[in-house]
Amino acid sequence: MVFENLAEKLQATFSKLRGKGKLNEKDVKTALKEVKLALLEADVNFKVVKDFIKKIEERAVGYEVMESLSPGQQVIKIVNDELTKLMGGTQSKLASASKPPTIILMVGLQGAGKTTTTGKLAKLLEKQGRRPLLVAADIYRPAAIKQLQVLGERLDIPVFSMGSQTSPIDIAKAAVQYAENQGRDYMIIDTAGRLHINEELMGELKDIKASVKPHEILLVVDSMTGQDAVNVAESFDQALGIDGVVLTKLDGDARGGAALSIRTVTGKPIKFIGMGEKLDGLEPFHPDRMANRILGMGDVLSLIEKAQETIDLKKAQELEEKLRKQEFTFEDFLDQMKQVRNMGPLDQLMGMIPGMGKVKQLKNMQVDEKALDHVEAIINSMTREERVNPDVINGSRRKRIARGSGTSVQEVNKLLKQFNDVRKMMKQLTGMQKKGKMSKFPFM
Amino acid sequence: MLKKLFGKREKDEEIAEVLEGKAQDVGEETPGTGEREQLEVQDEKQKVGLYQRLKEGLNKTRKGFVNKVESLFTGRAIDDEFFEELEEILIQADVGINTTMKLVEHLQEIVDEKRINDPVELKQIFKEEINNLLGEPTPLELKSGLNIVMVVGVNGAGKTTTIAKISERFKNQGKKVLLGAGDTFRAAAIDQLKVWGNRVGIDVIAHSEGADAAAVAFDAIHAARSRNVDLLILDTAGRLHTQKNLMEELKKVRRVLSREAAGAHEHVLLVVDATTGQNAINQARLFNEAVEVNGITLTKLDGTAKGGIVIAIKDDLKIPIQLIGVGEKAEDLQDFIPEEFVQALFAE
Ligand SMILES: Nc1nc2c(ncn2[C@@H]2O[C@H](COP(=O)(O)OP(=O)(O)OP(=O)(O)O)[C@@H](O)[C@H]2O)c(=O)[nH]1
Ligand SMILES: [Mg+2]
Repeated sequence: MVFENLAEKLQATFSKLRGKGKLNEKDVKTALKEVKLALLEADVNFKVVKDFIKKIEERAVGYEVMESLSPGQQVIKIVNDELTKLMGGTQSKLASASKPPTIILMVGLQGAGKTTTTGKLAKLLEKQGRRPLLVAADIYRPAAIKQLQVLGERLDIPVFSMGSQTSPIDIAKAAVQYAENQGRDYMIIDTAGRLHINEELMGELKDIKASVKPHEILLVVDSMTGQDAVNVAESFDQALGIDGVVLTKLDGDARGGAALSIRTVTGKPIKFIGMGEKLDGLEPFHPDRMANRILGMGDVLSLIEKAQETIDLKKAQELEEKLRKQEFTFEDFLDQMKQVRNMGPLDQLMGMIPGMGKVKQLKNMQVDEKALDHVEAIINSMTREERVNPDVINGSRRKRIARGSGTSVQEVNKLLKQFNDVRKMMKQLTGMQKKGKMSKFPFM
Repeated sequence: MLKKLFGKREKDEEIAEVLEGKAQDVGEETPGTGEREQLEVQDEKQKVGLYQRLKEGLNKTRKGFVNKVESLFTGRAIDDEFFEELEEILIQADVGINTTMKLVEHLQEIVDEKRINDPVELKQIFKEEINNLLGEPTPLELKSGLNIVMVVGVNGAGKTTTIAKISERFKNQGKKVLLGAGDTFRAAAIDQLKVWGNRVGIDVIAHSEGADAAAVAFDAIHAARSRNVDLLILDTAGRLHTQKNLMEELKKVRRVLSREAAGAHEHVLLVVDATTGQNAINQARLFNEAVEVNGITLTKLDGTAKGGIVIAIKDDLKIPIQLIGVGEKAEDLQDFIPEEFVQALFAE
């Protein structure tokens, strides 16, 4: 999941809000302070963060908490709404010319990933039954033309080039002719990376735009970009009037806060995300999904709604309290499991258990329905004392429980170990939360 | 350092040479060798380096930044708002929250301790504080015998270009330099390095695309030995630090290096794009874990990004910043001078 780290942070933040009653100013402020830190750590531009927080604060304070939601969940909804809004309401598509070819101009800083993205885009178009043409207009970087030619060969898509001695403007013009003659309905122009403050080279792009009138100008931005993303996006947009953004290298662990920044300052949609160096690694951008991811809810946000009907919120809050105070017992474990199992596919729902969604190790825990039957049986074979105070479960008790539940001592041991791990993790987690230094979370 | 900024353009003969495809190993065609020089002849502005650039205030954004720092430091009280604004400036320079907080908190202590109430004096103290964190300049220097520099980093950071710049520098110092085309993965990466080799006038040891990078390293080292070169620079494919298999591959190249280069001076240089935000810390950490990074080159400082993340990297991992890239040409390389870098953050 792309925004997993940021998402977890936000989730951790909001879990603190839970069970505190209605959203008062102090609650919201405290939570938003940490949201602010999380967003900054995610490289969202400072000013964008400021505005965003202000907006949320205005919306959240005094907000009437829906009966079925905890205050924390309520804020999650608000933040999610705002994030989604900020990143654009709906998914965007590429322009298409009434008279082919549709001309797409790729622009951006050096090393952003334009050439690779050009190849990926061509592949995507071809998969959709189009006949794209690649145009090599980076005459500056050594072997840039060759790079595009190699990609063209791999994709079996033609590449138009005139070497490195013709101006990019003339290349682009000639390419239009060529595309028309060859019946190519899309042409993607790969341009040299350039600094947004380089007037000469920005002028060159303006000239290309003026002479071939591209239908779509895409700004390619590295998702690892920091605070400067706003300057870059603003400058390119002002100079060219971009139509959209492609965010690259999202297969890494960058938080991708640049997505929020760019979207906010330009108002232009992020259309695609680049994942990996393979040429099929271009995916459409889903603002809503991204917002969900940022929130740490994955697809859980939609599950919140589901859970509202099923999970007894009061019980959930009590449970979280218990986890924090480490009074978490096998009774609670069983209880929680039953509730959750009523809701549907378990691996998706793990995140719903208060406190557990935050714990990374649990995410990798294989959820196997059959194994859960065994777990239930094991807990059912425990005495009340054993459930409340598992430390008393010695060797002979383990044998008895195994026999009683029709499982093995190994399985009982495993469950006890898992249970202890959860408790340990909760201990660490609460310890960290007390310190208030989110970045020091061992699980993030 | 400043002299270099206004240094010569590449000689026209050299360009002609490349354009004719004179060197055999570039192959029939040498695509993409167009020269940006033509465009930049009148654009002297682009050549201006970090410090100068800041002083001149290249664009409004930066001017705004400089003015902000100025107004922050002159004629005002040292209060909470003051520190907040200071934080803002550092965060907007990509220094990151943790390091920013640390620096500002420390400054606050100093203020309390020494009862400073002159903001101008405080500015000096703050600069020194960051200077201290960055440490003494650690330029890339060659030792006697064979030096091997392995250049690593994420995709598009500027590795190959930096290699060209470093080779140009040492060639001009009369050193014998050899390049190893260890990026056997990215399309036309080998050609790119070869074009640079031609421009700078040094040989490139290369296999074909898809070959084993470790094998290239092996051959390059042996060629370096038999040719008695002073400096071998090994290019590697860009890779995200999170790509386990690719990081393993890098480790393997490093192992070959250590094994074959016994007695030589090995140096692993991480290239970091100044535009990068907080992710650069992860990059530095994971590349360091994989291949033990000895120094950093911070590229693309000719843009508007301030590259403040290297302060955090130095703070966190103690990896020295050695070089900065300030353009796309072979001469656009400078030593990293902490004082000037800090000066640039707080331009007068
Ligand atoms: N403005 C500017 N551009 C730079 C600088 N260093 C490199 N570049 C440009 O950044 C782009 C990528 O540089 P490369 O040297 O190919 O980067 P790389 O790390 O080798 O890239 P991969 O091998 O593809 O991972 C090229 O267009 C370079 O000209 C710099 O200091 N300033
Ligand atoms: Mg390279």
